[in-house]
Order: sequence, then C-alpha cells, then structure tokens
Amino acid sequence: MIGVSVSNQTQEVPPAERSQDAVPAFQRFMERIGAFWTLGVLILLVVIFGALAPSLYTKAAWLSTSSYAVEYLILAVGQTFVIVTAGIDLSDGATLGFAGMAGALLMEHMLNSHSSSTLTAIAGIAAMLLSGAVIGVANGLLITRIKLPPFIVTLGTLTAVGGFTNLLNHGTEITTLPTFISNLGTASVLSGWLPIPVLIALAVAVVFGLVLARTRFGLRTYAIGSNELGARRSGVRVDRHLVMVYGISGLLAGLAGLLVTANFSSATPIAGANDELYAIASVVIGGASIFGGRGTIFGTVIGTAILSVLTTGLVLTNVAPFWQQVAIGLVVIAAVAIDRVRTRVGTD
Amino acid sequence: MSESEQAPAPDAVPETPRVEVRDLTKRYGSLTALRGVNLELHAGEIVGLVGDNGAGKSTLVNIVAGALPPTSGSVLVDGAEVSFRTPIDARKAGIETVYQDLSLAPDLSVWANMFLGREQVAAGPLGRLGWLDRKAMMSRAGEDLDRTKIRIPSVATRVGRLSGGQRQAVAVGRAVAWGSRVVLMDEPTAALGVEQQARVAELIQTVASQGIAVLLISHNLPQVYEICHRVVVLFRGEVVANLRPSEVDIDDIVGWITGSAVAARRLHG
Repeated sequence: MIGVSVSNQTQEVPPAERSQDAVPAFQRFMERIGAFWTLGVLILLVVIFGALAPSLYTKAAWLSTSSYAVEYLILAVGQTFVIVTAGIDLSDGATLGFAGMAGALLMEHMLNSHSSSTLTAIAGIAAMLLSGAVIGVANGLLITRIKLPPFIVTLGTLTAVGGFTNLLNHGTEITTLPTFISNLGTASVLSGWLPIPVLIALAVAVVFGLVLARTRFGLRTYAIGSNELGARRSGVRVDRHLVMVYGISGLLAGLAGLLVTANFSSATPIAGANDELYAIASVVIGGASIFGGRGTIFGTVIGTAILSVLTTGLVLTNVAPFWQQVAIGLVVIAAVAIDRVRTRVGTD
Repeated sequence: MSESEQAPAPDAVPETPRVEVRDLTKRYGSLTALRGVNLELHAGEIVGLVGDNGAGKSTLVNIVAGALPPTSGSVLVDGAEVSFRTPIDARKAGIETVYQDLSLAPDLSVWANMFLGREQVAAGPLGRLGWLDRKAMMSRAGEDLDRTKIRIPSVATRVGRLSGGQRQAVAVGRAVAWGSRVVLMDEPTAALGVEQQARVAELIQTVASQGIAVLLISHNLPQVYEICHRVVVLFRGEVVANLRPSEVDIDDIVGWITGSAVAARRLHG
C-alpha cells in the first residue's frame, strides 16, 4: 500500500526504501565501488599495455604520456566545475588557442619594439590568462543573463573565438617569443622525471580539487548542479556563481594555452582544436554526471590518465592512429553507460 | 488524538502573534488572488490553511515567505512590520519554508543540505578563503536532527539515498534548526505513504511544542483536522472561516472549502 503510493510519485520523492532490498546486486555493487572503478580500469590498461609493449615502463614513455596529458588535464579540471553545475563548456579548446595566439602576438610586438624579455614574458602570460578568463566570463554572462543553454552559448563561442584566433595573425603561427616561455616548456625537476608543465598541471589539479571538495565555493557548485532552484532558495547567488565557474574554465584554458605555447615554443591558431572533446571525455570517464551534482577532480585526473595511457599504449603497440580515436570514443560511451547504471540507484 | 492533547488554546494568552497578516490583498492585473486577508500565527500553534485549488493558499504563503510582494496590506513579525524582498529576507526574520518539492540537493549529504547558503567556515585565513568546517557542521546537523527526533542513518548520507519520509524530515529539520519563529509548510505530506505521513505529523507537533508557529497547507483534511489547533479556510481569495477542529466536524470544513457554507451564510445571515 505504502509502496504503491510512493512509487506513483514521479520525481521528488523517489522510493529509496527500495534501494535497500529490491535493487539488483549488480547495481548495488556498482554504486559501492563508486568512482574507484576508473582507477581499476587505469591500472588494467597500464598492465595490459605494459605486457604488450614493455617500453611503456620507460622514462621516455612516461614523459610523452604525462606531457600529452597536460593540456587535457588543465582543461578537464575547469570542465569538471562546469559539468558539476550541470553545464558544459564546448569552447575551452578554442579559448586555449585564442589565449595562446593573443599572448604570443603581444609578446611578438613587445620584442619587436625592444621591450625587456622578462617584462614581455610577464605581459604575455598575463594576457593569456586574462583573455581566457574574459571568454569564460562572457560565456557565464550569456548563460545567466540571457538564460541561454550552456551548450548553445559555448558552441557559439567555440566557433566565434576560433575565427578571432585566425584573425589575430591571418591564420599563421607566431614563433618570436621570449626565451623564458620556451624554457618553461622544456624545464623539469627530479632529474628530468617531472617536466614543469606536468608539475603545474598537477598543482592545478590539487588546488582546484581542494576547492571543489572542501570549500564553500565547491559545495555550492555541487548544490547548483544538484538542485538549482533549491540552491537559489537557500540564498546561493546562483548566477554570480555560474559566471565564476565559467570564468575558471576560461582562465584554465588560458593557462593551458600558455603551456602549449611553451611546449612548442610557438603559438599556432589550431592549438586546442577539439581539445574540449577530450576534456569532457576525461571528466565523464572520471565519474562525473553530465546531469550535474556529481564529479570529482580526483576522478578527472584518473579519466585524463586513462585517455593518455590509451593513446601512448596504442602508439607503442603500433595500432593505426585512427583506431585511437575509435577507442577513445568507445571508452567515453562505456563510461557514460556505467554512470547510468550507477546513478539509477542513488538518485533520480 | 484526544481532545485534551489538542488545544493549548493560544488565544487565551494575549501575546503578540509570531506572524500577523493584516488586510492583505494581492492582484494580478484584473485578477484578485487575495482580498483583505487577516491571519495570526501564535507561538506553538499549528494552523491549517485549506481551500480549493486557486483559493489563494500558495499566494498567501509566498507573500509571507518573501517570494511575492503584496499589492497592499502588511505582514508583521513579532508585532513589527516587515517588507521582504526575497525569501532570504524572510529567513533572516526567522521564517523558514518547507517547500512542496522539499528544495533539497539529492547529491549533497544531509549536513550539507542543512547548511547550504549558511555554511560554517574554518577559523583563520583558510576560512576566509571559504574552507569549510565540516566537522562542526556535521555535529551540529546531528544535534539539530536529534532535537527534532529525526532519525537519519548518518548526517553524511547523501540525501538521494534517503526515503521520502526521511527527506521530508531533513527538510523540516533544516527549517526548524535555524531557530526560526515560523515554519511554513506547503503540502508536506502530499508525496508520502500513510505511515510516513503519520511520522511527519508527529514531527510537526514536536516542532510546535518547541514554541514555533506552524502554518500547514494541506489537502489532507483528516490530517489537518487531527493535528491543527485552528483551521483557516480560504475561498476565492478571502478568509471565510477560522475554525477549531475541537468545535466542528470535518464535514463543516469541507462545506467552507467548497463554498456551500459560504452560500448558506449569505442566504441565512
């Protein structure tokens, strides 16, 4: 009798009593292991590819894998915040490209007019971070003020920003950069085992991981993704918060633009193209729900690592590069499918 | 429930009402949703607000909760006139609302839901950066829920894992925990099974016994009849009856809600 009246309810009060008894064992198992299944998948990948190609366990493979992961991890950290609010940022790859080009253009001009190398580098870095943040804030304002869906807004900025990036230098790359920038890309610590860009990416993950998991800002980010109206009624300034979240995503895209520029000692307009797909994939593989309210930076780090190991592993085992794309696409679909099974238990 | 338990007869004490609504009118263009409504809520009193769909119940609650501005008339809290611009203003004045949809975040833990928007941060510079004092919030959430006799597996449980009744309890517990003067409840048992309805009814009585005024909107007339000290009936935007369940039949209340009693009064007197 009670069961009937409760299950007639569609949304607000799900029959959680059922979850104790009537939920299939498989689903309960999936929920209990939570996000840790992704860690298992990562270990499995390392073991399998290591067996097929022992060169996976070399310094060269580690450096290539970790350096490959840098831009995706930094974008994915920002993307995690956005996805936790039940949003999406399709423009972060394009923002990366724009920030890199904008900063490089400024540095080229400054060097040509004989500014000091240090001042040029500082101005260039500031320009990259700032231009990224501005694009992110613009996304946030369009989403909250005009109340447009994040998907549409960021699809628009993805395209428009891509056009601006090409307009900056007529679609050609910029190579006149201060030495500090290229040194940033090649320097490393721990006798070459830890490149500076990797160190920066890890630091970003740790800092923003703590922000999301342990601060008021993080808690409210989850609350908005979980129940936006409820958050509003609780006094959370939802619009301002979302602008900041998209601003963070843009700022981190700017930082990624800096590191990509440093890595290649040049800025190219095609930098970051399609990166948003990898960033979103990393976040989703890491256990975040695309419906908002769930996701962790730890999961995102594992998700990025899975994609990177998969890429390196397929290269080392001489699989044709096109298959990598196929494999990554399938992994993303599998991750979402597993997420569906998991979330069917806990919430609606 | 016996008669003796039912009424502490709040109007016997000439105290200032916790909330008083005076001559409240709300118009939407040519439509009048509320017409000169007067209402008093006293400490420890459970007042049922009933009426047919469109009678103005939600409008009235939304005005008291700060979600809607009145067209004219006033709202007084502890005798002082207030004018709320947002629900946050109402909350600061000690008026908490338990929404029909409960307004909980299913992905957040019980304690996080209870503290959302009023989070406690750690002492020192980290706190200034928004670092949460999770331990303090967890233990306070636990104490607050204990006080309202709410049993939850753990305050760290995700709300999405709780049963409907437990969620209801968390929503009510959150409203009560903030030391509020008044709790407005919009259909708190609409989504619940029979057994859980009874548990929420008990909870409402516990809340009132702690000196908080409760305004209960419900379609569940037997429950209203059982637990309310007074029942206020809205009919087409007007208060047509202010009844004591101890003095009337449940059928009388139905008569006022459907308007047949209103018609009878006009006819005979």
